[in-house]
Amino acid sequence: MLDELLKNLDYTLIKQIAFAAFAVITVGGALYLLFTKNVLYAAFSLLLTLLGIAGLFVFAGADFLAVSQIMIYVGGILILLIFGIMLTNNKNFQRTNLQPNKIEVGHHNRFWAVLVAVLLFLGFLKIIFEANFHIIGKQIHNSSSVQQIGVNLMTDYIFAFEVIGIFLLAALIGAVYIAKKEKV
Amino acid sequence: MIAIQNYLVISALLFSIGLAIAVTKRNAILILMGIELMLNAVNLNLVAFSQYDPNRLQGQMFVLFIMVVAAAEITVALAIILKLYDYFKNLDLDEINSLKK
Repeated sequence: MLDELLKNLDYTLIKQIAFAAFAVITVGGALYLLFTKNVLYAAFSLLLTLLGIAGLFVFAGADFLAVSQIMIYVGGILILLIFGIMLTNNKNFQRTNLQPNKIEVGHHNRFWAVLVAVLLFLGFLKIIFEANFHIIGKQIHNSSSVQQIGVNLMTDYIFAFEVIGIFLLAALIGAVYIAKKEKV
Repeated sequence: MIAIQNYLVISALLFSIGLAIAVTKRNAILILMGIELMLNAVNLNLVAFSQYDPNRLQGQMFVLFIMVVAAAEITVALAIILKLYDYFKNLDLDEINSLKK
């Protein structure tokens, strides 16, 4: 019974449903981030969006990038942002408030910004559906991209790889230097 | 197979939302989140086109470098934001306007 069912399943349909689910997670998180006032909720909806994008990366055959997306964005950048929110919270407000984690900020000229964003999106849509992509080459989904990325990093992109390493080191040292407390 | 237009539409949507966030929010950290969203939209585009280039993966290499640059950007920006908070005791960008006075 179960074997029959598994045999008759339409795998492309399942793939499309899963893709749509990840797309809804991504866009829904972004929309909530746009309309919420609570800063912490915004950070958590950004988490949802980044995880959804990692899922979409898997559908595009970029398994290594999906894992690094989770590790860098969710594990690094988002934690840093939440640290920033916590460190810049107003202490007096926190002491007097009954809900100390409810940090709210307002919006300004929301109407014009949303109008501009919608117009930009419509322009993108026009371009996407009028452009006639002649895709040459074929997709390969069953092989992992890790080995190819490693070989590329050590051959074609070796100079960029070294430069970006030094750049990251310089940025981190600079950030620590800027953020340190000055003795006055 | 998932058509490339799906990726492009999601990416365009994310980019527009990121732009709206970066313009409307008044807290500096939320503006950084909007910028991250825009960078991610671009990454999604590059990955989507890179799946038709399985022998060289140029799009995926580009995304890898963009991720490193985004990490560097966010660390420096947060250091600046912490300094800003030390000085003004506030992160509302409408009230940090001492250059105007």
